[in-house]
Amino acid sequence: MEKLISSLSQIERAVIPHLNKSIEEIMIKTSLDKTTVIRALTFLENKEIVRLHQKVNKIADLGVNGVYYKKNHLPERRLLITIENHNNKTLEEIKEKADLSDNEFKAAIGVLKRKLLIDLESGRLKLTASKEECSKVFPEEIIIKRLPLPLDTLSKEDLATIQHLKSRKDIVEIVEAKEVSFVVTEKGKELEGRSINLDLIEEVTPELIKEGVKNRKFRRYDFSIKMPSIYGGKKHFVNQSVEQGKKIWLELGFKEMTGDYTVNSFWNFDALFTSQDHPVREMQDTFFIKGVIGKLPDATLVASVKRAHEDGVNGSTGWKYKWSEEESKKVLLRTHTTCLSSKTLSQLKKSQLPAKFFSVNKVFRNETIDWKHAFEFNQAEGIVIDPNANFRNLIGYLKEFASKMGYEKIRIQPSYFPYTEPSLEGSIWNEERKEWVEVLAAGIFRPEVTVPLLGTAMPVLAWGPGFDRLMTEAHKIKDLRELYKNDINYLREHKVLIK
Amino acid sequence: MTNIIFSKSEFEKHLKITPEIQERITLFGTPLESINQETIEIEVFPNRPDLISLEGFMRSFKKFLGKDIGLKKYAVKKPEKDYNVIVDKSVSEIRPYISCAIIKKITINEERLKDIINLQEKLAITLGRNRKKVAIGIYPVDRIIFPITYTAKEPKEIRYQPLGSNSELSAPDILLMHPTGRKYENLLKGYNKYPILIDSSKKIISMPPIINSETTGKVEVKTKELFVECTGTDKNTVEKTLILLATSLAEMGGEICQVGVIGKEKSATPNLAPQKTKISLQNANKLLGLNLTETQISGLLAKMGHNYKNGAAEVAPYRVDILHEVDLIEDIAIAYGYNNLTPEIPNISTPGQESKESIIKRKLSEILIGMNMLEISTYHLVKQEEVENHNIKDSLELLDSKNEYKYLRQNLLTSTLRILSENKDVEYPQKLFEIGRVFNKNTQKENGIEENDNLILSIAPANATEIKKHLDYLFKMLNISYSIKELTKPGLIEGRTCAIIIDGKSIGYFGEMHPNTLRSQGIQMPVAIAEISLEEIYDSFNQK
Repeated sequence: MEKLISSLSQIERAVIPHLNKSIEEIMIKTSLDKTTVIRALTFLENKEIVRLHQKVNKIADLGVNGVYYKKNHLPERRLLITIENHNNKTLEEIKEKADLSDNEFKAAIGVLKRKLLIDLESGRLKLTASKEECSKVFPEEIIIKRLPLPLDTLSKEDLATIQHLKSRKDIVEIVEAKEVSFVVTEKGKELEGRSINLDLIEEVTPELIKEGVKNRKFRRYDFSIKMPSIYGGKKHFVNQSVEQGKKIWLELGFKEMTGDYTVNSFWNFDALFTSQDHPVREMQDTFFIKGVIGKLPDATLVASVKRAHEDGVNGSTGWKYKWSEEESKKVLLRTHTTCLSSKTLSQLKKSQLPAKFFSVNKVFRNETIDWKHAFEFNQAEGIVIDPNANFRNLIGYLKEFASKMGYEKIRIQPSYFPYTEPSLEGSIWNEERKEWVEVLAAGIFRPEVTVPLLGTAMPVLAWGPGFDRLMTEAHKIKDLRELYKNDINYLREHKVLIK
Repeated sequence: MTNIIFSKSEFEKHLKITPEIQERITLFGTPLESINQETIEIEVFPNRPDLISLEGFMRSFKKFLGKDIGLKKYAVKKPEKDYNVIVDKSVSEIRPYISCAIIKKITINEERLKDIINLQEKLAITLGRNRKKVAIGIYPVDRIIFPITYTAKEPKEIRYQPLGSNSELSAPDILLMHPTGRKYENLLKGYNKYPILIDSSKKIISMPPIINSETTGKVEVKTKELFVECTGTDKNTVEKTLILLATSLAEMGGEICQVGVIGKEKSATPNLAPQKTKISLQNANKLLGLNLTETQISGLLAKMGHNYKNGAAEVAPYRVDILHEVDLIEDIAIAYGYNNLTPEIPNISTPGQESKESIIKRKLSEILIGMNMLEISTYHLVKQEEVENHNIKDSLELLDSKNEYKYLRQNLLTSTLRILSENKDVEYPQKLFEIGRVFNKNTQKENGIEENDNLILSIAPANATEIKKHLDYLFKMLNISYSIKELTKPGLIEGRTCAIIIDGKSIGYFGEMHPNTLRSQGIQMPVAIAEISLEEIYDSFNQK
């Protein structure tokens, strides 16, 4: 009990002598506001001195728009007055005169029609009621003057009016008010008559430090009570993962590529030997941008890409069709970051070899949005340009990359991509789930890609992990919509990844 | 990518499915997706349509396992007397190419009929690009009187009973009423003549790429001889598709018989001569990092169905994926076994290097996080009503977006206000920032669009002074001095909004959101905003 007394805060000590009174009386006796008294009682409840009871009352109150309408008339009244002054005018004329927003205007017409005050005939608004009827006060107008009101005191008619107003935007809202009462516990009763006014130090102040402390004690703090939270600033969790991904590439000696998200089909498809009638180039899969037509790069490069498609280069047969410049000028949101690689290769000088590049960045697909579909993704990818590189090196790099990500066991198998040959797919061993997970796509760029871009058939090793797949797993996210929902509570609570 | 489901019992007539076989299926380049009591499902990549049918798959997979290795040769009979298709020049504008074959002595049961139709459909979807590039027709030979004419007629003149219908219809009615007609009518839209195949008795046997005739173009269980035709817009793909189909039917026991195609030139299809592709031993070893002898390479190519001789491979005509020696080199790697390739990391050292932009963005967010700001990350696309509400001009619309986000964003404010509105009930203060890409039209650029990285700060509740204090600190930390100039901007309060100026150039603004704007967004707290373009900041660091 002594310990308990020495941990009482000032407000608790102020309240304790009045525990036989009501909250309102305590407020008068202690000159504390209601919030402070309730806080003191909550502290005392923590110490098992009182027990609190809460009753929740539902109260109808004005919303943001409601407050405004209370002062400036409801939209239906404004509309009615306007029609009274300008009968039989077109919708547009009335709307402009009434100065209402689209939503307000639509709602107001609905209300007045339901009240049989106006009618809409061939695009014109007409009064259908007498002046007297029009000047009658609407129940909605009465009720917004009377609010706030507890719901359980309202008549059926009032409730219906409230219900109607609630269906419109921010006029009325239902708020919950809590009514608090308390009783003193057995333990609390023991406190009666005891001296609680000990000479305790409440706070350390500059003066106190100066004076020094002799033979006095500090009030004990109770850390078991619920304290208000604080929230720090933080990186968005997707970007935390992007940083982590980038770090791996940087440590492996790769240089970052950057570039536009919107590119000509030329860089995204044609330079990567994707034939112009390939299904991925259709609107169902790719976001093309309406009315925007790009320019093609250097004519020699364009001619070389055209040749690669039509008749082939470096001994290839090509796709044997007529390649169209127009098709390659269509601008799109990049479907993969490989368009950065194609651009990088076209700008590379021989003196820079061997070279390694990477990017971890956004790509887009024309998709619906649901728990497993999204139209924006992150993609990671790296390329190694080295005259002496080979397929076994590619597997070596992949193994090293996977090990950096924390996966020691990897398995590879044949795969297919239009712009690489040979191609492979790598799976990593998920120890938790005891299964292979396909996350790595890789290959060596085809000569039909490298000859136009580099001028020679040099091996370019390329690979990328399924970035979002690894990220959602790391953050334990099941619904892809969570990634860009930006629920501030979620962002505040989401744990920082330490990897 | 297509997933193919085979019946397990049919599969096991060729090979017993052991754990080892399962692993070999994946290592062959057809990932095993699932397996149960009745079925086995594999993935076939789009470059290998020859693996779609069970017979086609077995033809190659058995060689991979070492059985019956080397090039598969098919016996082909020359065209018999009347087995000709005469190509009229009227088709040249619409579907100029045709390739045909006759398959004899084939036994068709229920199961096989389903397989053939399945193969025909899969080929028309993939290689045929939904019948646009190639469409396929299969007919019983005994209902047709040869020779056939491939010609184009005005739609009104075309009348026949399409497959699945019980009466004759005109071509326009077929496109309007027949389910297959409705599905593919876009392929004939805009042409004043439609292609048809007519036999010697003037009976229309089909209207490619739409549908066969019910009377002459219906294959049934008892059919013994098939007429197969592929029509399309790409000569090479038309020929290849016919070859794929004819050789698959031959694998089912049929005999391939050529058909004469007589147009400007005269030819006999299908041409099943193997294709020769050069392959150098040195290139193969260099690309794979191996040290194989010529004999080894020859043996590995044989396991993939190719014959090797003197620096070239004879490739089976159904292998449509061999464009270059690298395709053969991949085949060598597959035959060698991806699991047998030992990884090797070359000893070359290159320094890692983060881009300037990334470094600056990272530092900016560190400073902002130090000011207790929370980073948000929003979509690069915005909704139609947002573009309208914010009165955005020169908007960049996407073609046929499948979701409610239909425009590229031109600033970050639009998405930030959306997030504030969606979080209006979350505990305040809310101090948010985002660094993200914005898009604006610019015909000077290669892609017709100017892209910028922008930074937005938003604090609620706060006034303009509060946000300016944050900017002051931010720019001080970046060692950049800025000046301000009053600005009128829709949505913000006049007299509390300023342009942010660096080196005489306006790079953005800060200010207090107008209460009416906040109200229209359903936001109930005062909001102060700053949005700046980072391009000048990138530049100022590039100069340093």
